[in-house]
Amino acid sequence: MQLIECPWCGPREEVEFSYGGQAHVPYPESPAELDDEQWAHYVFFRDNTRGTLAERWNHGAGCRRWFNAMRDTVSYRFSAVYRTAEPMPASVPLTGAGSSSASATTSTTTSTTTTGR
Amino acid sequence: MSATLDRPERAGDPQAPFRTADGGRVDRSRTLTFTFGGRSLTGHPGDTLASALLSHGVHQVATSVKLGRPRGIGAAWAEDPTSLVQVEEPFPEPMLLASTIELYDGLVADGLPGQGRLADLPDSARYDARHLHVDLLVVGAGPAGLSAALVAARAGARVALVDEQAEAGGALLGGTDTIDGRPGTAWVEAAVAELAALPDVMHLQRTTVFGVYDDGFALAVERRTDHLGGAAPQHLSRQRVWRVRARRTVVATGAHERPVVFTDNDRPGTMLAGSARTYLHRYGVLAGERAVVFTTNDSAYQVAVELADAGVDVTVVETRERAPVAWSAACGARGLPVRTGSVVTGTEGVERVTAALVAPRGGGAPEALPCDLLLVSGGWNPAVHLYSQARGRLRFDAVLGAFLPAEQLPDLDVVGSAAGTLDLEGCLFTGRETGRAAVAALGLPEVPRTPQADPTVDPPPPASDPDLLWVVPAVDGDASRQFVDVQRDATVADVQRAVGAGLRSPEHVKRYTTIGTAHDQGKTSGVVMSGILGELIGAGPQDVGTTTFRPPYTPVAFATLAGRDRGAMFDPERTTALHDWHLAHGAVWEDVGQWKRPRHYPAPGEDMEAAVLRECAAVRSGVGILDGSTLGKIDVQGPDAGVLLDRLYTNLMSSLKVGRVRYGVMCGVDGMVLDDGVVLRLAEDRWMVMTTTGGAAKVLDWMEEWLQTEWPDLRVHLASVTEQWAAFPVVGPRSRDVVGAVFPGVDVSAEAFEFMTWQDTQLEGVPVRLARISFSGELAWEVHVSSWHAEEVWHRLVAAGQEHGITPYGTETMHVLRAEKGYPIIGQDTDGTVTPQDLGMDWVVSKKKADFVGKRSFARADNQRPDRKHLVGLLPTDGETVLPEGSQVVDVPLGEDLPAPPVPMLGHVTSSYRSAFLGRPFALAMLQGGRERVGEVVQLPVGGRLVAAEVTGPVLVDPEGARRDG
Ligand SMILES: [Zn+2]
Repeated sequence: MQLIECPWCGPREEVEFSYGGQAHVPYPESPAELDDEQWAHYVFFRDNTRGTLAERWNHGAGCRRWFNAMRDTVSYRFSAVYRTAEPMPASVPLTGAGSSSASATTSTTTSTTTTGR
Repeated sequence: MSATLDRPERAGDPQAPFRTADGGRVDRSRTLTFTFGGRSLTGHPGDTLASALLSHGVHQVATSVKLGRPRGIGAAWAEDPTSLVQVEEPFPEPMLLASTIELYDGLVADGLPGQGRLADLPDSARYDARHLHVDLLVVGAGPAGLSAALVAARAGARVALVDEQAEAGGALLGGTDTIDGRPGTAWVEAAVAELAALPDVMHLQRTTVFGVYDDGFALAVERRTDHLGGAAPQHLSRQRVWRVRARRTVVATGAHERPVVFTDNDRPGTMLAGSARTYLHRYGVLAGERAVVFTTNDSAYQVAVELADAGVDVTVVETRERAPVAWSAACGARGLPVRTGSVVTGTEGVERVTAALVAPRGGGAPEALPCDLLLVSGGWNPAVHLYSQARGRLRFDAVLGAFLPAEQLPDLDVVGSAAGTLDLEGCLFTGRETGRAAVAALGLPEVPRTPQADPTVDPPPPASDPDLLWVVPAVDGDASRQFVDVQRDATVADVQRAVGAGLRSPEHVKRYTTIGTAHDQGKTSGVVMSGILGELIGAGPQDVGTTTFRPPYTPVAFATLAGRDRGAMFDPERTTALHDWHLAHGAVWEDVGQWKRPRHYPAPGEDMEAAVLRECAAVRSGVGILDGSTLGKIDVQGPDAGVLLDRLYTNLMSSLKVGRVRYGVMCGVDGMVLDDGVVLRLAEDRWMVMTTTGGAAKVLDWMEEWLQTEWPDLRVHLASVTEQWAAFPVVGPRSRDVVGAVFPGVDVSAEAFEFMTWQDTQLEGVPVRLARISFSGELAWEVHVSSWHAEEVWHRLVAAGQEHGITPYGTETMHVLRAEKGYPIIGQDTDGTVTPQDLGMDWVVSKKKADFVGKRSFARADNQRPDRKHLVGLLPTDGETVLPEGSQVVDVPLGEDLPAPPVPMLGHVTSSYRSAFLGRPFALAMLQGGRERVGEVVQLPVGGRLVAAEVTGPVLVDPEGARRDG
């Protein structure tokens, strides 16, 4: 069972957390101005990154706060956690098993679904 | 077996002829009596079931799973592939190894042919779990693990030393090694005593670390009272799961001896060589009197020499052309014959090996060497299981002929035999060094080296390179009696078949042949299978690799894993303040999430249908009362509360006036209904959001998520108050009389207390909130009161209702009444693909608001399709059939039978009941283009026939809403 570092509480066991999907997919400012395809990208489409992905996590069995994290989808290792209001950190080199794919990262995490901004 | 029992008695124990005269770690002053296979036998404290059986000359334990061949005791601990037994007394437990059962008085066991039998009575033992947080977890209390633990503990580290056997010592328990000129076990005792005196050391024996997971997490099972048998105190947990979180882990789990496969290598009396040494030194038992030792390496010579010294007639069969020089003197002094360049090609005997067939390795006629014990050593496999579970990579070491750790993991070290260091001096040294490195890595003060204080041992005899031999080719070419996995009856022929079928990966061969899938998970057979596979496909072991090592290292009972999380403790049970009242009034319970809710209150002789019809009729004709306390309640406070609700509900909430109530629906961004309920505006900046019972947590999470992640600028706070407020709907034409009587200060007239409004009042100083909300279409009040006072208020309402025949009703009646009015239950009538429009609830979707969650999706093309499923009512035309929920509406014209599949389907029944008010059954359904089909008759297959039903609007009772104001 992994330890996940809650930016408010510190390291806690993963069962205290729930996953909230890709981070930095803001709710479009004017949904009515989007066509069906643009809207569908917001509702249904997310990156399928092999490597580091910025994700939303919720410390549901702890402080109940949402936060963001950079996590390698191959090794599951977290390289950074940050509060929702904070900017996404630059790609952090990962250590440990499965880190070989950690390079192709930051560009994919910001590329999509911000059409409404 | 009987032949061996007729041997001359030994001086030590006339009842156990194979017990040595002295020696061993068993307590000979006490005798234990046990029963195996119906025979009453004896042993001593310190014995395992296997050692006690061997002391009586009993080798055959069971017959094999597929072939029914006799099987014996193959090893002295958990790597034993054969000695499976079923314990019958004191409590039935299947699939245990005779080699690992500590003997106790009164044990009754039988051999198992590969498959166990679960007890058919409940296990009365307790099981529990504990958490343990340490700096260093050391797995294995042999010389390497003890050394590492000592160094770290002396440096002040918080250490857990965990070992699976009854006592610490590992291989030292079954050997003759000396440390500092004294028996190795004396050094072990001193080390254990020192650890016990150090603070922050948790030393657990009889505890198996069976899994290593992420971030230093390990699971271990402690067998706390198994060894006490029937004398185990009931108040102690029998087994305990330790959930260990360690900053660093040292794996010192030793090595398993590896067999060599040959024809008929499964006969009882065939055993790993080192295990016979353990039986001799640890248990004081001779595994036989006439032994053939078949070896590819030096380690078996020590076994041969020591058995010879104990009086066993020993012959060594050595695969290498030259016997190791280091052992030639010892063998010569004992006249111990060594047949070099030879192999065992087969065995004779039925219930016990009677001869080993020995031939030159290059070929030639086999010679039968009579024996009652055939010891085999094909080398050693480091027990890399835990390292491998921690995702450490392995490499094949050609010299050792085994897979070894190939990398240094960030927070896990492997040391001693588990790392391929097979000699005692090396184990002690590397254990110390690893402990020292761990101390440094933990940031503790450096441990100074004091070589003069380190234990000294005799240097190991110079080793000669071992041979690498997986299998001795069958003389007759028949590989079907060459057992790779003895427990699974899986042979070299099976591996050949797998390769013939095109399989190349050991993972595939494992699943094709079942090799490595038994209780031992291939501890002795896995690497051998890889070796044989490699030879068959012309690849080296490194290229073939091993199968994946997965937890658990040894079997763990489900009862142990469940621990205390069973029965009533499995999941929290939530009860309302009225639980005892419901119980006393005969409620039949329905589980709604974790809540216990009365489903109905049957009168004597009533079944559910009769009770529900009576309750429904009472509500629609008089008055009923429901415990609705489980409804979710969220206190929403803050200046921007209205903004948040406007963004999350489909309708406009901010325009609601204080004192009023509004029904609302929440959707996901995809426009599908998430939950529904009413909202009370309590003050300018305060609202009470009511959710469904099952949706309470989900809705709170949903609101929090948006608030925190999208709109942190909104000044709103959310709190669940579900358990703080009891809620009692008082429902029916007479409800006004009841509520008016209990709360005389409230004007309950339709004019003064309008539908969808609330008023606060008091009952003898206790604040009470009344709200005119109806989930049935009837005149109704919901009474909200603090849970502390709920019982009293309920009693008053019931007392005041007596003259009107007030009837408590349960969830089933609630469901029927709401369905008669076409009110959907989110999650029953909907499934996450249903929009408010599909439910016919356009009216709850604001046209004024620029946006709210879900709005944009309503305009998606798919949500505009005319053939979307709509919520409709169904009235079976026979007026009799209660359509089962889930029944499919099929597109089959009236008068026609079901066509061959696939049958076109139009929708399905989501709710179905018998209506007291309508005097007939009815249903709600989601039906393609349903609103356009009203008036049509559709068909549903029910129990092998087609039932016709008329499509109606969803509101079947009082569609004009005349009953609402009483
Ligand atoms: Zn937290």
